Amino acid sequence: MADRPTQAEPPPLARGPLAWARRHLFNTWYNAILTLGALYLIALGLKAAINWMIVNAVWTGSGADCHASMGEGACWALIAEKHRFILFGTYPYEEQWRPALAIGLFVVAAGLSTWRRLWSRALIASWFALLMVLALLLHGGVLGMSVVRTELWGGLPLTILLSVVGIGLSLPLAILLALGRRSSMPLIRAVSVGYIELVRGVPLISILFMASVMFPLFLPEGLTIDKLLRAQVGIILFSAAYLAEVVRGGLQAIPAGQYEAADALGLGYWRKMRLVILPQALKFVIPPLVNSFIATFKDTSLVIIIGLYDLLGAARTATNDPVWRAFTTEGYIFVAAIFFVFCSFMSRYSRRLERGTGERRSP
Amino acid sequence: MVGGRPALGALAWFGGRGARAILYQGLVIAAIVALGYYLVSNTLENLASRNIATGFTFLDREAGFPIAEHAIDYTPESSYGRAYLVGILNTLQVSVIGIVLATILGTVIGIARLSSNWLIAWLASSYIEVMRNIPLILQLFFWYGLILALPGPREALEIIGGNVYLSNRGFAFALPAFDAVHRWALIFVAVGLMGTLALRFFSRWRQARTGRTFPLFWPSVALVLGPATILFVAAGAPLAWERPALSGFNIVGGGRLSPEFFALVFGLTTYTAAYIAEVVRAGILAVPKGQSEAAHALGLRRSHALRLVILPQALRLIVPPATNQYLNLTKNSSLAVGIGYQELVSVGNTTINQTGQAIEGIAMIMAVYLTISLTISAGMNLYNRHIALKGR
Repeated sequence: MADRPTQAEPPPLARGPLAWARRHLFNTWYNAILTLGALYLIALGLKAAINWMIVNAVWTGSGADCHASMGEGACWALIAEKHRFILFGTYPYEEQWRPALAIGLFVVAAGLSTWRRLWSRALIASWFALLMVLALLLHGGVLGMSVVRTELWGGLPLTILLSVVGIGLSLPLAILLALGRRSSMPLIRAVSVGYIELVRGVPLISILFMASVMFPLFLPEGLTIDKLLRAQVGIILFSAAYLAEVVRGGLQAIPAGQYEAADALGLGYWRKMRLVILPQALKFVIPPLVNSFIATFKDTSLVIIIGLYDLLGAARTATNDPVWRAFTTEGYIFVAAIFFVFCSFMSRYSRRLERGTGERRSP
Repeated sequence: MVGGRPALGALAWFGGRGARAILYQGLVIAAIVALGYYLVSNTLENLASRNIATGFTFLDREAGFPIAEHAIDYTPESSYGRAYLVGILNTLQVSVIGIVLATILGTVIGIARLSSNWLIAWLASSYIEVMRNIPLILQLFFWYGLILALPGPREALEIIGGNVYLSNRGFAFALPAFDAVHRWALIFVAVGLMGTLALRFFSRWRQARTGRTFPLFWPSVALVLGPATILFVAAGAPLAWERPALSGFNIVGGGRLSPEFFALVFGLTTYTAAYIAEVVRAGILAVPKGQSEAAHALGLRRSHALRLVILPQALRLIVPPATNQYLNLTKNSSLAVGIGYQELVSVGNTTINQTGQAIEGIAMIMAVYLTISLTISAGMNLYNRHIALKGR
């Protein structure tokens, strides 16, 4: 033991937090200046934020209590008072366990779906079943639940419903459009390209306006569909064009050999697509599909423009109350936090998937 | 069929792939035409029964609603057509300013994300994370709400020694008073810019012929700024500032940005910058390290290596997705309707509410956005072809 060469001590400042700071924060003189400047700004920002959000904030009470400390502290009393309205909109107060349960079911189902082992056709089928259950839960009329008209739906369940149904129903349409765009038949290709480029060229708001003011003109006299359904159709038609491009990306990534192999097996077009190409292509585009879902989830807040009360709309209505009018910022922060939590979970998941599929690609 | 199947009459013809393709396409077109016919006939019936006029004659009628910010003359007595024009100009104005600012901010943040300084990289990625995970319309409401929460004009916040006023009526700031000399100075700058182009051309020609480069940077600066500066100083540097001042219940004089305009441009810029930052980062990361090492080995200076080797390759990857973001910004400017800035969609919406001519109104909105989108993507394709790898 004794004649073993002694291990040289690492030079001072080669490891430990100080060394880390030196390497990552103070490695050059300009990085040192940047670090100090950034730390100073962060400290200033944190101090102001903590003072406003926690130290001087009003946590309970009425609007009058908040007005006393206006400008110095946040008015979280607004959230304490109005959180149920913001979360569930004008849904009848005693029945709000139903949307709450719907949100719970959605979160559990979404959580389970992140588990790769459960990915199968059955999972897709159960999502459709779940959507039916959610819609029934909100609408009522079965199992002794009273009927709640869709005009009263609002808040987070509406945001979730619009986006999940939006993505769920636009995917089949998107697959058809993507196949059409790669079809060898010129007319079908032209129709698909025309639709995709037309919809991608205009803002969602114009589609929603179309859904709210033009759809009623399209329908035969006497037939009306409610506003929520029209907005939903608008969202489906809009996201189908974007999803079609995502699916097309997947189709293009499939090597030509797969197509040829399916042809060699004598499969017809639809069987070739259904059994060979699409299962591979769709698996390939799951990360961008999650990103599209995030985009749709955020986009649904535009329905506020045509007078539906999703999460954001409900928050705005809640602060329309004269007592609370001065505290819209707090309402927005609450809603932003909810969106942030949902979206950042999904985007982290999609990034993990992207890394995951990258590693697993070569068998 | 190339294979040459024995002819079996009509059945074989139908079994052929070409014939089936024609049949399918015929069916799709027939379905679309039938759907179109159904919708159009319903619409005409509905329009007739609701007494809504059709056609674009309403464009000549008096609009009757005010537009707060107009780049061209506009009063409520102006026509709907002019109102639309004002809306289009407002959309373009917001988009162009937003695109320029978002590009600058996005590039800075994208480079910051790659910084060797951990804290700066962390700040940049947190910024991106927050901006991308909150709906834009919510962000616009938030900024607009913050501006409206500022004190009124009488208690306006004064910063930079009374040159900038912040209040819930927007931002008022000092502007240099116009002087004829300024116009001439601007003309000199324009001439200088053209001179720079000529110089660049000459430098290329000389390098191609003799291999020697001609310094461009400082001569260009002198050419662009020199004559204008000399003129300005010779004329006695006429620079008077027109300062905003409180008059009655409002602040008048100087330049002014309305709360709506400011919130919209600020929101669009900060939101889109997060996406552009990711595009810039991906573009820079995609250039292999060997490229900068090779440039170094050739003896190129750092600035030359960046300009001649790294940037051209990074740009090839940055430009297409960045253009997509520019288009998104332009389309997102339609969210202005939520905070009351009167751009195209907002004007269109008011028009539809007043005239009931929803189809024409929406068709005009869509046509304008489509034109903008198609123009930008056409320009984009040209540029792409220009910078694409000239391979075999």
